[in-house]
Amino acid sequence: MLPEWMSAKAVAAEGLSRRTFLKAGAAAGGGLVLGFYLPGSGRLALAAEAKPVYVPNAFLKIAPDNTVTVMVNRLEFGQGVQTGLPMLIAEELDADWSLVRSELAPAEDVYKDPVAGMQMTGGSSAIKNSFMQYREIGAKARAMLITAAAQQWNVNPKQCRTENSMVLGPNAKKASYGSLVDAAAKLPIPEKVTLKDPKQFRIIGRPTPRLDAAAKSSGKQQFGMDVQLPGMKVAMVARPPVFGGKPAKWDAAKAKAIKGMVDAFEVPTERGGKGIAIVANGYWAAKQGRDALEVEWNTASLKKVDSAKQLTDYKALAGKPGLLAKEADISKLESAPKKIVAEYEFPYLAHAPMEPLNCTVDLKDGACTVWAGSQFQTVDREAVARVSGLKLEQVTLNTVAAGGGFGRRAVATSDYIVEAIHVAKALKASGKGGPLKVIWSREDDIKGGYYRPSVVHRAEIGVDAKGKVLAWNHTAVGQSLLAGTPFEKWMKDGVDGTLIEGLGEPYEMPLKVNVHHPDENVPVLWWRSVGATHTAYVTETLIDELAHLAGRDPVAYRRELAGSDKRYLAALDAAVKNSGYGKKTLPKGHAWGVAIHKSFNSYVAYVVEASVENGAPKLHKVTAGVHCNRAVNPLSIEAQVEGAVLMAVGTTLPGSAVTLKAGVVEQQNFSDFMVARLPDMPQVSVHIVPSGEAPTGMGEPGFPPLAPAYANALFKLTGKRLRKLPFDLNQA
Amino acid sequence: MTTLNINGADKELEADGSMPLLWALREQLGLTGTKFGCGAALCGACTVHLDGQAIRSCITPVSAIAGKKVTTIEAMENDSVGKAVQAAWVRHDVPQCGYCQSGQVMSATALLRTNTNPTDAEIDAAMGGNICRCGTYQRIRAAIKDAAKSLAAAKGEKHAA
Repeated sequence: MLPEWMSAKAVAAEGLSRRTFLKAGAAAGGGLVLGFYLPGSGRLALAAEAKPVYVPNAFLKIAPDNTVTVMVNRLEFGQGVQTGLPMLIAEELDADWSLVRSELAPAEDVYKDPVAGMQMTGGSSAIKNSFMQYREIGAKARAMLITAAAQQWNVNPKQCRTENSMVLGPNAKKASYGSLVDAAAKLPIPEKVTLKDPKQFRIIGRPTPRLDAAAKSSGKQQFGMDVQLPGMKVAMVARPPVFGGKPAKWDAAKAKAIKGMVDAFEVPTERGGKGIAIVANGYWAAKQGRDALEVEWNTASLKKVDSAKQLTDYKALAGKPGLLAKEADISKLESAPKKIVAEYEFPYLAHAPMEPLNCTVDLKDGACTVWAGSQFQTVDREAVARVSGLKLEQVTLNTVAAGGGFGRRAVATSDYIVEAIHVAKALKASGKGGPLKVIWSREDDIKGGYYRPSVVHRAEIGVDAKGKVLAWNHTAVGQSLLAGTPFEKWMKDGVDGTLIEGLGEPYEMPLKVNVHHPDENVPVLWWRSVGATHTAYVTETLIDELAHLAGRDPVAYRRELAGSDKRYLAALDAAVKNSGYGKKTLPKGHAWGVAIHKSFNSYVAYVVEASVENGAPKLHKVTAGVHCNRAVNPLSIEAQVEGAVLMAVGTTLPGSAVTLKAGVVEQQNFSDFMVARLPDMPQVSVHIVPSGEAPTGMGEPGFPPLAPAYANALFKLTGKRLRKLPFDLNQA
Repeated sequence: MTTLNINGADKELEADGSMPLLWALREQLGLTGTKFGCGAALCGACTVHLDGQAIRSCITPVSAIAGKKVTTIEAMENDSVGKAVQAAWVRHDVPQCGYCQSGQVMSATALLRTNTNPTDAEIDAAMGGNICRCGTYQRIRAAIKDAAKSLAAAKGEKHAA
């Protein structure tokens, strides 16, 4: 959901451990609390007091009743982090898994990702970046519990061991963790601990059901949308139809006549625009009020995107050299005996998480509390402070479970949160202040901006008589995700790497890449697997085409080109072997398709089985080969692959595109922005390559190779190379 | 003042007749298990039962349900079919983000009440209106079949006794 650099390049893990210290303390009602704290943090005092009711920086709480509560420094929005991170602590703690609970941490410095240096959820990084962090916390708590027991029994700690939330000592001595926590809380935290030998793992690597499955099957899970505060009002915002537009004039008289209406205010919106916030006692009154609002918008000076024209422009740009992103000797292109010239088109895509955006704000004099399903707590909390005019420590941002996100809740401008603060400020200024929830309708979500950019790729590939690639000249055209944001510093020589990440990889060939980043009046954003949503499609359909041109089997061709990349080969082999590819006879009218891609340092290979039924493509089976190093929770990895497959199938369906006309988004709901439904779900089986290396993430890597594998199967059935998403079998 | 029968009890609420049942449940009765996803009967997140039938509460005005019984996700643990569906959901580790799952459980429960052994095609037809962006459909399909089995087994036991 975020580019790989965000989790890979930023702050070194050691940097954080030098600045932070582990702190033990007593919990409310007794118990051991283990948390990091930053020296000088104003909130530290709370944790050091004898009777804290709120410990803002705790990672782990063990209560006298033996329950273990793990604070998760991420957003849970489906990916299973609220189960995965507790597994790491529970492993080293030797906790009884049935006693483990988890909670989402609010925005605090201590909860920053130890590698990325900010509290965020993205880049498939949670398990990867916090693997050691969470294990160490568990191991240190275990060591303290052992020390506490050894002191009580007057034995050497080395004579003690742990098992299922119990310390076991000589002469059959036994003490539950809960009975030891008050003593343990008084001990110093060991600076160094020895982590388990992976051979001893009994939780890490075990398929572990989600801790939140029951709450999420019974309506008990609380999401941001469910936050209810006494006297809370609900607001909707009438946003300009063209991004950056402003009301020329507006009249809320009819709106205010609606029962339950409170007030209407002009508030700043994205890209320098302005909208009208309609505040009411509930959603229905706000909705009716907004429908009754009369607004004349001023959009005269704004650039208005027209998707058809944009495509023509992008194609023209793709024929011209732009900014050099990758150099290679492509001098053999002109004289190559065979040539492929391919142009690809990808549309804008909405994230469309099932829970529409919302943000609850309680703005008071000198304090602001926000509840949001934020993927970007650090950035969002700073934005709240900036916009509300408060100091950072006066702002509390509570992370609430989100109904999906896929990147939409990680916005550099904190758009939906900033907007909610503006509404709260206006309401407070009017003297009607109090808690407020801003709710986006589905229409607001589809029309309100922040899309996967529309992209055109153009490849010219020269091939020798045997099918070997002599030269590949490539141009990609798409808006930059980073330009104009605080992350712009990651651009190099004007090139935004997210547009071309993974292109042509890992194959060794002379590939020259140029990019164009047109400036368009459409907000764009990372979207599950970011650039790989299109670069993998381009790469893997072209590799298939090259194999076909060379008269080679696409699996054998890939294997040869990937050469020494062992993880690649292992993932590919796992998918091939388990699918029966090349061995099993498929039903008449069915065909195989293969693709593989590495993103976020995890490899996913797919062998798929597809057909064309009544003129429409149909995906039947997907066999996945996955290499993500050590699999912490195989069950979670399977679910992420299933989910990524389904989301990718969605991008192939007719109507799965956001288009604009005269600057206005043409789609509005699930009636015209199509997503995959249950009948679209293929049968997915997931095969994980065993590995003992440090884990890499799996929230996104399942997405990129699916659509190209499907397209490669459809080529076999139709003879057509599908060069755009969503699929169009009738394309020229 | 409108009186609605929700989960077996009469509830009085102040809502004009045009208010969709969804918002009466969520904002006036505090039953937030029923979710807002699209407001246009396109995604199924707001599915509840009206006299046992699955309906989309986001487009059903409260004026249309006078004299009928509304059942929401909050009452499913007291419903033999709903309880079996929820148990199967947990066994199959169905939810991811979980936001659509109240609606999925409600649609699946309504299906199994009238069809004790649904085929894939029947599951497609009954569940096609419930969107899940996380892609839990394969597990939903398996959990529905598993719940059907467990319900049949429970019924067999009752008959045997």
